[in-house]
Amino acid sequence: MAVTLLVPTALRTFTDGKKELEIAATTVGEAVTALADTYPDIKKHLYEDSGELRSFINIFVGETNIKSTGGLGTAVRDGDTVMLVPAIAGGALTVNN
Amino acid sequence: MLILTRKIDAQIRTAGEDGYPNECCGALFGEADGDTRTVSEIFPIANARESDEQYHRFVITPEDFMRAELEARRQGLDVVGIYHSHPDHPAEPSEYDREHALPFYSYIIVSVEKGTSENLTSWELSADREKFTREVISWL
Ligand SMILES: [Zn+2]
Repeated sequence: MAVTLLVPTALRTFTDGKKELEIAATTVGEAVTALADTYPDIKKHLYEDSGELRSFINIFVGETNIKSTGGLGTAVRDGDTVMLVPAIAGGALTVNN
Repeated sequence: MLILTRKIDAQIRTAGEDGYPNECCGALFGEADGDTRTVSEIFPIANARESDEQYHRFVITPEDFMRAELEARRQGLDVVGIYHSHPDHPAEPSEYDREHALPFYSYIIVSVEKGTSENLTSWELSADREKFTREVISWL
């Protein structure tokens, strides 16, 4: 059982520049844990101190956000593509009135 | 360093002017080689903030950014940065920009004064996320 984990450019400094990784996993959580075990420096960019996934990281299996399918417990099948997607926002003013 | 063409510069300025008085946003597709990023095309993305907030805020939905990542990969390119406009505001990142930024990406900001684009700058976030540094733009 292997999934392909797609690493966004912003996180590749932590994966030796690798764009994608083959990871054996049966759930999204297992895949992300395996990634963090292989590349420990990536942990603080993925998890809060509490162990929760950081709010600005979204994970997709194929084109489906795991928020709608049970989060890290979402099952993955052989050949699935798991993608880490950072949240992107900004704006001109410092103070939000 | 960010390598840009005049064509990309013009496209981002046009996007900023077309979006005025709201902020426009999008992804920068290209190639990264160490600290040097070369932009080969822009990928406009709809500003997903509530319409009455778009004059000073932008947000890209995870779904839209996921599609941008997939499209870049399909073309053999990478997402190397993000661009957005600052309507009637200098082309400098706000504290809000910094809080929502990620290291590695180039952040292009174009100021749009009364509907006309003025300055186009690029910024990089430090690895500790503490501050934005102006990035040198080299013209191709
Ligand atoms: Zn901004």
